[in-house]
Amino acid sequence: MDNHEKTRREKHFDLLTQSVRDVNQFLHHQLPASEIERIEIANPNGLHSIAAGMDQDVVIDILGHAGYFIAGMNKQAHVTVHGNVGWSVAENIMSGTVRVKGHASESAGASGQGGLVIIEGDASSRCGISMKGCDLVVGGSVGHFSAFMAQAGTLVVCGDAGPNLGDSLYEATIYVRGKIDSLGADAQEEEMQAADIAKVEQLMAAADMEGDASGFKRIASARSLYHWNSEDPQEY
Amino acid sequence: MTGPIHREESALIDRQAIHYIRQAAEQGLYEIRGMGAKRPLPSFDDLVFLTASASRYPLEGYREKCVSKTVLGTRYAKKPLELAIPITIAGMSFGALSANVKESLGRAATQVGTSTTTGDGGMTPEERESSKTLVYQCLPSRYGFNPDDLRKADAIEMVLGQGAKPGGGGMLLGQKVSPRVAEMRTLPAGIDQRSACRHPDWTGPDDLKIKLEELREITDWQIPIYVKLGATRVFNDVKLAVKAGADVVVIDGMQGGTAATQQVFIEHTGIPTLAALPLAVQALEEMNVLGEVQLIISGGIRTGADVAKALALGADAVAIGQGVLVALGCNHDSYRQGDQEQDATADYAQLGTAPGFCHHCQTGRCPVGITTQDKELEKRLTPDVGAQRLENYLQVLNMELTTLARACGKSNVHHLEREDLVALTVEAAAMAKVPLAGTEWIPGQPSNGII
Ligand code: SF4
Repeated sequence: MDNHEKTRREKHFDLLTQSVRDVNQFLHHQLPASEIERIEIANPNGLHSIAAGMDQDVVIDILGHAGYFIAGMNKQAHVTVHGNVGWSVAENIMSGTVRVKGHASESAGASGQGGLVIIEGDASSRCGISMKGCDLVVGGSVGHFSAFMAQAGTLVVCGDAGPNLGDSLYEATIYVRGKIDSLGADAQEEEMQAADIAKVEQLMAAADMEGDASGFKRIASARSLYHWNSEDPQEY
Repeated sequence: MTGPIHREESALIDRQAIHYIRQAAEQGLYEIRGMGAKRPLPSFDDLVFLTASASRYPLEGYREKCVSKTVLGTRYAKKPLELAIPITIAGMSFGALSANVKESLGRAATQVGTSTTTGDGGMTPEERESSKTLVYQCLPSRYGFNPDDLRKADAIEMVLGQGAKPGGGGMLLGQKVSPRVAEMRTLPAGIDQRSACRHPDWTGPDDLKIKLEELREITDWQIPIYVKLGATRVFNDVKLAVKAGADVVVIDGMQGGTAATQQVFIEHTGIPTLAALPLAVQALEEMNVLGEVQLIISGGIRTGADVAKALALGADAVAIGQGVLVALGCNHDSYRQGDQEQDATADYAQLGTAPGFCHHCQTGRCPVGITTQDKELEKRLTPDVGAQRLENYLQVLNMELTTLARACGKSNVHHLEREDLVALTVEAAAMAKVPLAGTEWIPGQPSNGII
């Protein structure tokens, strides 16, 4: 790509001199009419809501550590954070991919409905909480209450899982390679079938992660909380 | 031969307590029901207006104009809502209500120039199409919540709690989880579905501030954001909502309704709307944002008098849920089919209740076709009939409101003020912080000596 072509196809923002609001306004309004294919955002320095509300097939690289709600409600875009993120990265993601090269704080991928979220490092507690169809691959470990009330989609954890994994789970599936501290209410370990191995393989490949897909445990809902049960009222 | 039967009912273990204990003992589960608190509580009925006489000058009822235009969301939003009346329709979900009812709400609201609100379960296309001004709720469950609908909304309501069940999550029993409802909520059809009580992606007020900023970023700072709170620690909660950046604060008092929750929540949590409103106003005053952050009050508002009193105490607008349902036909003994009224008492009886006593929204078997997903029952209320009834009701409320305002000498309903009110009971005087009628005494406040 010559320099002229590069300017046409790429755009650079610096959050030391530009505001998140200006950047997001550009991404929402000017970007769709442009020929830009890649956006680079420098100096995120823990700022929040960068690239939230995207609805465009574009590559976005955030160069450093970022704050809360990065790429929130993402549609179509492929966002990579070259650092760590705060709470709720890619919350309510609809499609596209959001990759965090470092670690993620709480509630990564919360309520995500589609698309793929990749945390290359560890994710903190409540990772994948309330998931509604997105896929989430964590290279490291996840904290307590991960996939709490998760409704649909898949959480793959290559490391360990903290206490109360999959509490009050609905129809989402969790795969964990390492140790599970404890399972939450209504979550149970089930036998890995060929389809499970294939699913983990597919997601690991999509996330560019290496490793043997057969060594995972499958966690799903026992579905005992789907209907009122007077024998077991505490669980409600 | 037996003597006369002596009936001395215990005030403690009365028939209601016996019924409750018996149910608990037989079923091993707490009661779940719909609607709001049924017990007597201090309310707007305990206040009266000191309309004009010699010391104040009334406006002519039919000739002089009384403005009811209401603007909400002026703090940060580029496009605040402009409503023709200060009476809005509270959030009620598709799922709890039928699609016909949602359409009726939208059509009536549009006709009278006010807003309607989505609920747990997301926005239906019918609802968006029929509502000129639609407030989109962001609830802990996030069922059906998505950025496309968010961008179609005219305002966002971040729901932290509800007056009927502050601190509790939602509930939709399996009979109402039809395939369409299930799909919108990404859940299997027919299960008893719980909604979370905490948001998945933020917890404390500091996080809320960041969350509201995210919603503003996604909607380009165009539309107002409301924060809705169940009325408990109102003074502090309102301050935190303001600090978090709310354009509008919505307070839902304990008389607020629900489609289904534990009865223990409905009757035993939160504070009455009458007590909540002055606390919210006080918080806004203390934060110096009166007029900048608008206040909506809800929870048991039924009449134009309720609306007028709420405005006089400092609300900018009210939101109505149960009153709206009753206008549509809730607890009526019949429903309209074509030109005919059909008797519904047998259907109430099947639920173990009768018209006037029903709170069985949770069953999904609403005898008048309002809180149901059943294809046959749903037909008992058509959008045409529903919209017309609701339009009439909202018009009456606004006419009563302006009538009272004029009689108080106000050419704008928002000029009604606390000084226009006195209380009929000591409790109401203490809660509303207005004098007991015939005195200048406000319990809890220093007296100036004049009784
Ligand atoms: S009549 Fe219908 S809407 Fe009214 S309380 Fe009964 S079930 Fe609920």
